[in-house]
Amino acid sequence: MIPGRNPPTNWSEFIEGLWQRNPIFVMVLGMCPTMAITTSSINSISMGLATTFVLAASCWLISVMRNLIPKEVRIATYIVIIATFVTVVDYAIQAISLGLYEALGAYIKLIVANCLVLGRAEAHAARNKPVAATLNATGMGLGFTLGLFMIGAVRELLGAGKLFGVSLFGPDYQPWVVMILPPGGFFVMGGWLMLFAIVRSRKAKSAPPTVAVTGAQNA
Amino acid sequence: MHETVGQILITTILSGNFVLAMFLGMCPFLGVTHSVSVAFPLGLATTFVILMASLCAYLLNLVLIPMHMEFLQLICYITVIAAAVQLVEMFVKKQSPVLFRQLGIYLPLITTNCAVLGVALFQTARNYDFVQSLTFATGGGIGFTLALVLLASVRERVKLANVPSVMMGTALTLMLAGTLSLAFMGFAGLGGGE
Amino acid sequence: MSEQNVTALPESQATSSMVMIRALGLAATICGLIIVSTYQGTLKPVAANKQIALERAVFKVVPGATSMREFVATTAGIQLAGENTPDNALKFYAAYDRAGALKGVAAEGAANGYAGEVRVLYAYDPARQAITGIGVVSMHETPGIGDKILTDPDFLRNFNALDVRLNSDMKAVANAVKVVKHGTKQNPWEIDAISGATITSKAVGKGIRESTEKLLPLLLPNADKLKKGDAK
Repeated sequence: MIPGRNPPTNWSEFIEGLWQRNPIFVMVLGMCPTMAITTSSINSISMGLATTFVLAASCWLISVMRNLIPKEVRIATYIVIIATFVTVVDYAIQAISLGLYEALGAYIKLIVANCLVLGRAEAHAARNKPVAATLNATGMGLGFTLGLFMIGAVRELLGAGKLFGVSLFGPDYQPWVVMILPPGGFFVMGGWLMLFAIVRSRKAKSAPPTVAVTGAQNA
Repeated sequence: MHETVGQILITTILSGNFVLAMFLGMCPFLGVTHSVSVAFPLGLATTFVILMASLCAYLLNLVLIPMHMEFLQLICYITVIAAAVQLVEMFVKKQSPVLFRQLGIYLPLITTNCAVLGVALFQTARNYDFVQSLTFATGGGIGFTLALVLLASVRERVKLANVPSVMMGTALTLMLAGTLSLAFMGFAGLGGGE
Repeated sequence: MSEQNVTALPESQATSSMVMIRALGLAATICGLIIVSTYQGTLKPVAANKQIALERAVFKVVPGATSMREFVATTAGIQLAGENTPDNALKFYAAYDRAGALKGVAAEGAANGYAGEVRVLYAYDPARQAITGIGVVSMHETPGIGDKILTDPDFLRNFNALDVRLNSDMKAVANAVKVVKHGTKQNPWEIDAISGATITSKAVGKGIRESTEKLLPLLLPNADKLKKGDAK
């Protein structure tokens, strides 16, 4: 925690994962599903929501049990808890829609290997009360979903001319198929990061130069 | 599936490369490929864990499937993987403390490497027998190491190149990875159909 | 540093094994309960979903069918699928119309395509010894290229009367199903590949070929057993 900053409120816990510390674009975590699943908006949002559930449920349980888990076995315990909720989501999706289950494939089970989930559990849930932990986890999950959607929407739009399965450009649209294929995942995410960097550098150029508050005083 | 050993090897290393085609193992791929001297040993360590995971998954299935307890598969796989990674960590720490420090957090992070869990899950889904599973794991590990080393080599060269400032960092790595993935798409169909 | 919402990690000097075992045991028990109750709770809905999806696929590929029964074929003959199904038995579905007459048989074939397994459900007419239609069960082929097997009318026309006759001793398919280059189909047992989607087309052909080679010699000699469908 930075000295002088206000202690995090429940709202700020929730908000930080949405954009400022967005798991995909800022923390670059959880890349495996990001590249693999973002071939359509619906898949992206479904995967994002599934991950959010796992995140929130795991962080809640870990936070509730945080004083009972000794340091040496904490990673193993976190992993077991996360794997449990991933199994829950896996069966839940099968019960809800087999079509969705086919589309998301093995990547549902791979949520357990998502660095984001274990990372939040270790960095946050283990040290905070259940309410704060769950809110933060949910925020991160929703931020993750947002990031997935941003990539998935672009890939679906360019690669299939559709959004949410609805054809936007008509049947004569020549799809940029590579966007739906693996390289497309890399390119689109790289593209977004580049866009953010451009925006950031424009903002830095147009903002008046500020004197550093904590830096050394120049004579 | 009745794939031969050769077909599986070619598919996992080239046309179905774990990293560049199936997006498994992204975290180390993007994080540890700043130099080949770190990427290569990590690839080897991961290959070892993948082999262990594949073997244990196969053995676990011999117990879980006849007892109709498939719902325990995930939790068992990941526990076994965590244990295997512990072993590797202890081994590396003893054999080469320098390497241990260089790999840093990425060694225990092999536990959450999608490639390792992915091998166990895919071989179960495709009903591979013992030889096929082992081949799948070996090919997967080799393919993973290959992808890592390739990207690391490119990134080392690019360090000396004139890159636009907005592209520096992760964006550049991703673009490079995308190009590599595009190149590997040329292997499509190799070892697949007739 | 403000400590309002933060509690330190539990400190302990070399935690005793008992405490570690207790923690792991507790976690394992809670998790076990969660998993098992989820599994039990979703068992029925998942089975129902699968049955609905299966029926929809079979009725689509055998038009006019309103009910179906699952059979298995082994070297010993055909029997209804049930508890005692041997593991290596080949599954297939007999589809009946409203009057109980056999409309056709549906079975699955699968092979690796461009990006994974392509699973196809094909309809077989024992009277004509031909495949009369296909439906793709699952695939991950390239959208816009490989997924043309779903919609390309020329490709689908291959399967209106694909010859899978057995030879005279009824032990093997007389002419193996073969995928040929687009536009070069000459025989009724060949499949004209989609130009530009050869790999996916070949996967469909391979799946059908392997399935028919194994299933039809076991099925056709006993086909009259299927005709006694219950009128529904």
